[in-house]
Amino acid sequence: MLELRGITKRFPGVLANDNVDLRVEGGELVALLGENGAGKSTLMNILYGLYTADHGEILVDGEPLVLGSPAESIAAGIGMVHQHFMLVPVFSVAENVILGVEPTGTGGWINRRQAARSVREISERYGLEVDPNAIIEDLPVGLQQRVEIIKVLFREARFLVLDEPTAVLTPQEVDELIAIITSLKQTGKGIIFISHKLKEALEIADRIVVMRAGKTVGEVLPADTDENQLAAMMVGRPVELVVHKDKAQPKEPVLEIRDLTVLDDRNTIAVKGVSMTVRAGEIVGIAGVQGNGQSELVEAITGLRTPLAGEILLAGDNVTLASPREIHRRRVAHVPEDRQRSGLVLNFTVAENMILDSYYSPPFSRGVVMDWDAAHDQAEHLVEQYDVRTPSVDVDLSTLSGGNQQKVIAAREFNRDVQLVIASQPTRGIDVGSIEYIHSRIVAERDEGAAVLIVSSELDEVMALSDRVLVIFDGKIVGEFDPKVTTNAEIGLYMLGSGAVHETDGADLARTVE
Amino acid sequence: MTAATVPGEALKVRLTAEEKRARILGVVYFALAVFVLWVFTLGVDPDLDATFKLSLPRDRFADLEWVVNARLVGYVVTAILAGLGALQLTRGFGTRGNLVLGIGLLLFVLSFLSWAAAGKSFSLVGMLTSTVLLSVPVTLGGLTGVMCERVAVINIGIEGQLLSSAFAGTLVGSLFGQWTGLIAGLVTGAILGAVLAVLSIKYQVDQIIAGVFINIFALGLTSFLATRVLGPNPDLNAPGRFTVIEIPLLKDIPVFGNMFFKHNIIVYATLVLVAALQVGLFYTRWGLRSRSVGEHPKAADTVGINVFRTRYTNVILGGMIAGFGGAFLTLGSTGRFEENMTAGVGFIGLAAMIFGRWNPTGVLGAALVFGFARSLQQKLGILGTPIPSEFLAMAPYIVTIIVVAGLVGRARPPAADGQPYIKQ
Repeated sequence: MLELRGITKRFPGVLANDNVDLRVEGGELVALLGENGAGKSTLMNILYGLYTADHGEILVDGEPLVLGSPAESIAAGIGMVHQHFMLVPVFSVAENVILGVEPTGTGGWINRRQAARSVREISERYGLEVDPNAIIEDLPVGLQQRVEIIKVLFREARFLVLDEPTAVLTPQEVDELIAIITSLKQTGKGIIFISHKLKEALEIADRIVVMRAGKTVGEVLPADTDENQLAAMMVGRPVELVVHKDKAQPKEPVLEIRDLTVLDDRNTIAVKGVSMTVRAGEIVGIAGVQGNGQSELVEAITGLRTPLAGEILLAGDNVTLASPREIHRRRVAHVPEDRQRSGLVLNFTVAENMILDSYYSPPFSRGVVMDWDAAHDQAEHLVEQYDVRTPSVDVDLSTLSGGNQQKVIAAREFNRDVQLVIASQPTRGIDVGSIEYIHSRIVAERDEGAAVLIVSSELDEVMALSDRVLVIFDGKIVGEFDPKVTTNAEIGLYMLGSGAVHETDGADLARTVE
Repeated sequence: MTAATVPGEALKVRLTAEEKRARILGVVYFALAVFVLWVFTLGVDPDLDATFKLSLPRDRFADLEWVVNARLVGYVVTAILAGLGALQLTRGFGTRGNLVLGIGLLLFVLSFLSWAAAGKSFSLVGMLTSTVLLSVPVTLGGLTGVMCERVAVINIGIEGQLLSSAFAGTLVGSLFGQWTGLIAGLVTGAILGAVLAVLSIKYQVDQIIAGVFINIFALGLTSFLATRVLGPNPDLNAPGRFTVIEIPLLKDIPVFGNMFFKHNIIVYATLVLVAALQVGLFYTRWGLRSRSVGEHPKAADTVGINVFRTRYTNVILGGMIAGFGGAFLTLGSTGRFEENMTAGVGFIGLAAMIFGRWNPTGVLGAALVFGFARSLQQKLGILGTPIPSEFLAMAPYIVTIIVVAGLVGRARPPAADGQPYIKQ
């Protein structure tokens, strides 16, 4: 039995864990549920020895664990599958698995054959098929996650922590993962499953523990609860889980893409002749496993990446080679996929970030000098209107939570009269309360007559928001669906490339489901 | 709307960087061919022969020579280069592109030599032997870089580490003998390695600045001590050189015997070190762990590898390799210390590291190329060509720029290179 008692961890300015208790038995699956910033990951990093706790103790089968050293935690039988995989991309599967506990001969010579054999044994025993000699960066995320699990099993872990394991997977991969977890449970492993997805937790957990603001706020059995109750426990108030929107009223085409071909950073073709149309007053969602060309597609549309071939028309004008500022001036709002890298400057203040797109024009700029008072007024107005929780507009953006950072982008981008909204992963890594808000803003933009293009790897999100869903696989649009009449499972098949592939050019796609 | 364009057709619209490079390379081959034909072939008297000496006077097989008509060499090389250019433009060489480029450049150099040596006699073996000797400090500098950057610490201070240990080697060597001098060189390198390690790992100082600091410090201190201490006391700058150890039998192989088997202990140790590091990095536990620390330190940390200890160890060991190279400069090569005697060798070592793609054997290969360019410059000075010696003196650096600017394709450094690891 694994037991955490009274764990407390303070970061500068934040009490990340406040006297937290948690307990897992062998063969039991505990779901640890909570919003981002609730302290789940901190707790698990303490368990795994990556952080040191200020107070508290951890007992494994009654024996106290030496805290603050991954080596000690591993030796005590604790294994962790991290949310951001801890795999060396240029190493092979076997090399990653044995790293730190290498089978060696004299002089530290690595026995590669034995390493590969161990990987194969574990693969067979738990049904985790993967080629031991494959290089990690060539593998899809689903397989990379398997390698992480094999890595943990190779160290003979008895307790497994899975940190948001489904965040990066397709529905089919999620099913496979659940099957694997179930078989692990049957062999007597204790599992802590961290998630912020309510449905999943209800489906697979034996027990659900909910954390909020660094504390455990409740422990329930799945049979005794439902999604609404869990969401309320997580957020601390009742939450609207369903996106409310009226039927779309599509009008004239705003964004037209024809035969677009785009290269990625490694000079391979990422977008392979995509054609599609987004009309005013409709939300088009692009569903796909990450890395299938959606990032490059969005970058091409927003002028951040020069396409190799094809054309992009915005309200009838050819903008294929237009600069990002030109696109911006043509009333396009862009919520980028990685807000911290390309949407915001983290060590600028909230006010500075609010005018990042318009600093060069009046009223913020008067000739060569900035009018900071105007920027201030604007920022304060937007903070209030978009409900950004910040002590003031003069604090560094990095001090805000992910959800509030995203609201800053939304405020900046949606504040003007736009004809096209492009939002990539609009709610990645943000809490239930903020998701609710961002979704309602996106629907509002549609209702005001903008064309909206949503790209998300969260299928539930695409299905809830979109009026039309396009599935992208291997750089091609492989199917178009009506979210009201199709199922996640069906779309999931297409996301994996195993749907019936259409020779498509988007516009005259047969409605697959009808 | 018509059917979607096939991506293959669409590709013709704009060239990819890869294709551009391939085309430029093809044009380069043709340009070289034209140049060879015009200058090195039609520019020589058709009756003149070039004589290449393949042995030294005291060799077992003395008087080995290769005599060839200079113009003939020019024609042959022109034909081959033009052929390579045609093949490059039509079907390309795929993964063998760099190998072919190397061969092409080698042929170019051959025709250049036969032009320069037309009507004269040129000691090819002498040039190749000095190539090996000149590449030793570059190799050791490059290996230092590999040791440090494989664990993600950028070492710009190799130059300073070489220079300081060259000084320590000569001073201690003069007082207590060469072997003690060698050890002093190693210790000095280790100390400066430790300085870099503490600054960049513990205090997370910008690694470029830490390295530059080491260079400036080393240059200032050794120059000062050389004037004040070595100047008035010539006895302190006369450690003598390590004796040459000739390997029986192997030394009698024509050309190769002179190149590789008539050197002092440091040269042999360098070659062994290259092999040992290559094997160590890619086949042992130490290597796997070191590389993981350079690629993804957090992943290494999560499996219980001590990132900081690994970095300290390797950076200090790297400093010792530089110390070895510094000791070679005084104890193994010139036998005395001179102000700023490294003159950029440490930086060329860094270039060799990049050219060699962070692999020890690659470093050796790159160092040989740089050594060759340097050696060519020295020997051609003796031969008396119409090319100004200042231009030839630039040759190694031009080679460096071309190589580092990526003519040989983009190399990928360790992913975490230069980033300090911060643990919460």
